[in-house]
Amino acid sequence: MNNPDHTIESLSLRIARGETTVRAVTDAALDAAEKLNDTLNAFLQIDRAGATRRADELSAPQSVGDAPRALVGVPIAVKDNICVRGLQASCGSRILANYHPPYDATVIERLSAAGAVIIGKTNCDEFAMGSSNENSAFGPVRNPWDTARVPGGSSGGSAATVAARIVPVALGSETGGSVRQPASLCGIVGVKPTYGRVSRYGLVAFGSSLDQVSVFGLTVRDAAAVLGVIAGRDPHDATTADVPVPDYAAELDTEGARGARIGVPRALFGDGLDDEVRRSVEQSIEAYRDLGAEIVDVELPHAKYSIAVYYIIATAEASANLARFDGVRYGHRTEEARTLSEMYRRTRDEGFGAEVKRRIMLGTYVLSSGYYDAYYRKAQQVRTLIKKDFLDALAQCDAILTPTTPTPAFLLGEKTDDPLAMYLSDIYTCTANLAGIPGIAVPCGLSSTGLPIGFQLLGRHWGEATLFRLAHAYERAQPFTARPPLIATSED
Amino acid sequence: MPITESDIEKIAKLAHLEITDEERRALTPQIASIVAYVEQLNELDTSQVEPATGGFTPEGERTRAGRDDVRHRSLGQAAALDQAPDPSHGYFRVPKVL
Repeated sequence: MNNPDHTIESLSLRIARGETTVRAVTDAALDAAEKLNDTLNAFLQIDRAGATRRADELSAPQSVGDAPRALVGVPIAVKDNICVRGLQASCGSRILANYHPPYDATVIERLSAAGAVIIGKTNCDEFAMGSSNENSAFGPVRNPWDTARVPGGSSGGSAATVAARIVPVALGSETGGSVRQPASLCGIVGVKPTYGRVSRYGLVAFGSSLDQVSVFGLTVRDAAAVLGVIAGRDPHDATTADVPVPDYAAELDTEGARGARIGVPRALFGDGLDDEVRRSVEQSIEAYRDLGAEIVDVELPHAKYSIAVYYIIATAEASANLARFDGVRYGHRTEEARTLSEMYRRTRDEGFGAEVKRRIMLGTYVLSSGYYDAYYRKAQQVRTLIKKDFLDALAQCDAILTPTTPTPAFLLGEKTDDPLAMYLSDIYTCTANLAGIPGIAVPCGLSSTGLPIGFQLLGRHWGEATLFRLAHAYERAQPFTARPPLIATSED
Repeated sequence: MPITESDIEKIAKLAHLEITDEERRALTPQIASIVAYVEQLNELDTSQVEPATGGFTPEGERTRAGRDDVRHRSLGQAAALDQAPDPSHGYFRVPKVL
């Protein structure tokens, strides 16, 4: 088990028994965040004043009739592309460096109502575009397992804060794997829900047919607890579906993995997959067999096209979504412009970094007159085939198991000169976003160099409960006990 | 079709991005190699395949997305203008259009 002192369950129990207080837990998280941030650069803003005020409010006796709250006093970190009223929302970009949204995202409203305490806003790749966190305008985040290495991206700051035990849980967002990939590189749990499961009101849009708010936790149970709070229909987001949200935590202790059918797409275990990652993931498959699961072969014949499809659809949608950053209503505006059109161009030139420009350019190209059918429409058609592959495979099994990333954490700078090589680190994750299905990344081992390795389970639409149950069964049988060298110590 | 520096120039204009000569030189081979990579999709015959657009689940498509036509509190003018680079008399002011 991960150090139980850092889980929601243990925090809640200790608060309830009077062994610690909400204020003490909050202070410890803030202290750890401040202390480790010089090294990790995981937070872009630490909200000591707001968090302590909230902790003191939560410590006041509850008025009669208040509903029990699931996350009372739980410190949480929030990716800087999710709006929290009064705090910054830079999205890791110069263009929003000084932007402070006037409203809370729905997920923030729900977390606050459940008693969570927001510690701060976390660093990320600019507008969530990246797989290493090196595209942040405010410097890269470092991996607590090895500070010469990337934490993954784009939600690298949130992943690093959980891995370093600053907070038990954090919010990120996924467009092509931006939570599962950094979770895997940082040795923690990351869950991407079904498209439409969680409201995106207040999440800054990147690829609207792909984006989902997603959750990091040290344990499956903690990730499930947070998803249970934030999930469900929201009138402010027309893409949220009217589907009941199960009590995820209650389902964890049911039948485990016995009798479950786990599909393994062997074709994805070939080229480009690191040997140590392959071995570790194979061992996880054997662990499921030992737990009484039936392992079946599944085929995903179009999965190899997923990166190509993803980078057409995601960039096309990004080029449209990022058109709003023009210096008119909020965010940066250039000081040197004589006409409106010049103001747009200069503002965007000064405000956007290289990767964001590259993706806007690519997205504009694939949508431009004469190329739309050849690229965008073609990608949408292949997306249909990829989705069908997954739905067909998931008709034969309860979950599909693959590696989460082809390699453990890579070095800072290792892939920055080759955008395509960087994109390929999303090869296992972006399929779930294309198919709209949920996925959970689970740590399963360490490389010979001491870096975390993980596998992921992909499930049917709305099937998060099954993924939590299967992931929890593995976690209980094969606890990931390793801890990174860089870790918060104040609560130990 | 190979992507040239003049294509990049044209795309930048469409995207309202100002790019330097240096950026144009760097972006041309990068965009060209990504486009060459995505052209592997042409291996597939998709003439009979419907494109996937929004929705993604039957449950999502069935969900009634509209809300009742009743008044809601909105952000208000002061908060809406609070982050504007150049607000003036309740408006967003911009440089001249032409």
